[in-house]
Amino acid sequence: MLEIITQQPILAALVALVGLGLAFGALLGFAAEKFKIEGDPVIDQIDELLPQTQCGQCGFPGCRPYAESIADGDAINKCPPGGQATINAIASLLDVPAPALDEEHGQEAEVKTVAYIREDECIGCTKCIQACPVDAILGAAKLMHTVIVDECTGCDLCVEPCPVDCIDMLPVEENINQWQWPAPQIPSGLIATDRMNGPNLVRPEDSVSNREDVA
Amino acid sequence: MRKTWVTPGGIHPPENKQQSLTQSIGEPPIPEKLVVPLGQHMGAPSIACVKVDDTVLKGQKIADSAGLVSVPTHAPTSGTITAIEERPVAHSSGMMALCIEISNDGQDQWLPREGISDFEHTSPSALLSIITEAGIAGMGGAGFPTAVKLNPGFQRPIDTLIINAAECEPYITADDALIRERAEEIVEGIRILSHILGNPDNILIGIEDNKPEAIAALRPHIQDTGIHLVSFPTKYPSGGEKQLIYIVTGKELPNDQIPADMGMVCVNIGTIYAIKRAVVDAEPLISRVTTVTGRACDINRNYDVLIGTPVKHLLAHNNFDQQACSRVIMGGPMMGFSLTSEDVPIVKTSNCILAPSYKEIPEDEPAQPCIRCGMCAEACPASLLPQQLLWYSQAKDHDRLQAHNLFDCIECGACSYVCPSNIPLVQYYRNSKSEIKKAQQEKIKSDQARERFEFHKQRIEQVEQEREAKRAARREAAKQAKTSTTSNSAADIVAAAQARAAAKKMSPEQEQAKLERAVASAEMRVQKAQQKLDSAVANNDTEEKINILSAALNGAQQKFDKAKARLAEQLN
Repeated sequence: MLEIITQQPILAALVALVGLGLAFGALLGFAAEKFKIEGDPVIDQIDELLPQTQCGQCGFPGCRPYAESIADGDAINKCPPGGQATINAIASLLDVPAPALDEEHGQEAEVKTVAYIREDECIGCTKCIQACPVDAILGAAKLMHTVIVDECTGCDLCVEPCPVDCIDMLPVEENINQWQWPAPQIPSGLIATDRMNGPNLVRPEDSVSNREDVA
Repeated sequence: MRKTWVTPGGIHPPENKQQSLTQSIGEPPIPEKLVVPLGQHMGAPSIACVKVDDTVLKGQKIADSAGLVSVPTHAPTSGTITAIEERPVAHSSGMMALCIEISNDGQDQWLPREGISDFEHTSPSALLSIITEAGIAGMGGAGFPTAVKLNPGFQRPIDTLIINAAECEPYITADDALIRERAEEIVEGIRILSHILGNPDNILIGIEDNKPEAIAALRPHIQDTGIHLVSFPTKYPSGGEKQLIYIVTGKELPNDQIPADMGMVCVNIGTIYAIKRAVVDAEPLISRVTTVTGRACDINRNYDVLIGTPVKHLLAHNNFDQQACSRVIMGGPMMGFSLTSEDVPIVKTSNCILAPSYKEIPEDEPAQPCIRCGMCAEACPASLLPQQLLWYSQAKDHDRLQAHNLFDCIECGACSYVCPSNIPLVQYYRNSKSEIKKAQQEKIKSDQARERFEFHKQRIEQVEQEREAKRAARREAAKQAKTSTTSNSAADIVAAAQARAAAKKMSPEQEQAKLERAVASAEMRVQKAQQKLDSAVANNDTEEKINILSAALNGAQQKFDKAKARLAEQLN
């Protein structure tokens, strides 16, 4: 055997290459099975970025279906609750240019709202309960319903089915613990000489008695 | 003299401490109405345990602590509760929060109280609960509940107790004045703390060398007590917890650890004094030393102010000139915040009310573009890169901000102070910090919503499947019924019916038992009817009623006879 191989170098090369090919093929095949990833990871990543309001304004029944659709090449600007921030995040994830929000699907809300049921008027029809995508409405047939405000995503889906229109979308009240420091205003067109004509030139102390001079 | 270490960065702003130290600690008159906020400390706000119109005594608890990281709140004087409602509070937002208003009755009458004279024989846990119950939270500024800080758990033995008397911010002299006048009580407080922490090896009082009087006042009291006074060169901000720990021990606190992880506890000296008052004198935290200073006030002085005293009242007492004042600041000029209303009350963390003139602290110059001079990086005590942070903050690049350790910024304001372009750097950082925190909270919420949505979908699916299964079962049953009726003859149906009837039929024993019960109950009914009739006859009731009753008796008698007959039949 060895003699035949040494005498016929072309055959030897062929055997060696085929052997190597088979060995690496088997290795790759094994690795493909062993380290297989279920599902498409990019869908999860997109889903992470979507706001999870589950409002369906994008035309899909929930955020994940929209994430799947984006992974398949759908437009990334169909999510009004996420707004421009979400669009930018998805754009940088997928490395595509970030378009403006598609107004067809709604406008970006300026303040976050959550649903409140006017409880005196609720007739207990359970229609809103069925509409709520995150089970954030409590109640039973012919009994009053109420919204678990902490769980409400503000998706709006319960407002339309209510036969007596007793659901309001109210802005989330800001309390002292959630208060945010405002951003300083970025100066525009200021150069050093502007200081001389700036608003601070005339100071109220010019008009009142200057205590410092007295002291 | 102990060795001290030098922190990076820092600045030397004009101290302006002398003017408020010319007089001793004063006591302002008690205002007619005190407004006590429920959320003066870090953690959950306390919960009111009094009602409007209740009368309270000085030192009485008016709000309970609401959880582990929380402390109660006490009435600063005796009087009547006149309101429990939202009021403007000392907060940079200028927003309202729940407060209790007390109308002072002029008596200033204390709740009966009894202190502990020999704390050395009291268990640390008992002392800790006294400290919590006294409502003590860090008085240096952050307001973290002190008992929580002093209880780091068994896995973290404490070997170093650091007392923060640095008071590095300009204008503020509250701690300085407190040490000068009440050094003995402070040292007793330190001894209480040392006892609670299991007598740590090192007890260090960190103090800046611009307070020679305070140092001299402390010296005689700490001789032979094992307490070391560490004085170090004045530099702002040496009073920050991490900075002070580095200065007095040379150890740098990693950003994901608390001092207890390194066997240290760092407590403000004002808090120490409050602990002494709470343990020895049984006085809850209802007052604190606050500096009232600035050129818009005629008198610059430290006051022992009751918590809940409106700032306006305090300023009026000092001949405050509204016209000359650029803004009223709570805290110092570096880290304090402008008050939007002078009605806000003094709280446990208010160490200074600064009312500067326009010349003293002018309004901010307009900010100009960053020229990359790098002075902010030199001044930063946390060794951060303020200008990088500025760019990322303007670009709202949260990832890079965190990569550049934005959350290590102690917001001391040294960078803004040195910035030649007057850029309000700290405001950018604060804004970015709150944005990042909000984004994190929203992330948690959206994860929750996702989970709930998944569950919702799963539940709907499950219900649908169950319904489908039921429908399928019913269809199957109908199909079977159909096939059975078509294939079998009428005779089969009769046979099946008979079989069902036979299956239902009871055994003779059961039948007999049932009939016996029937007989017994019929007999009972006969007897009852007889009794009723007898009583009716005895009472001379109307004939009509007697007739009805006798008819009922007759009926019952017949039923009894019938039941007996059936039983006899069965027995045969």
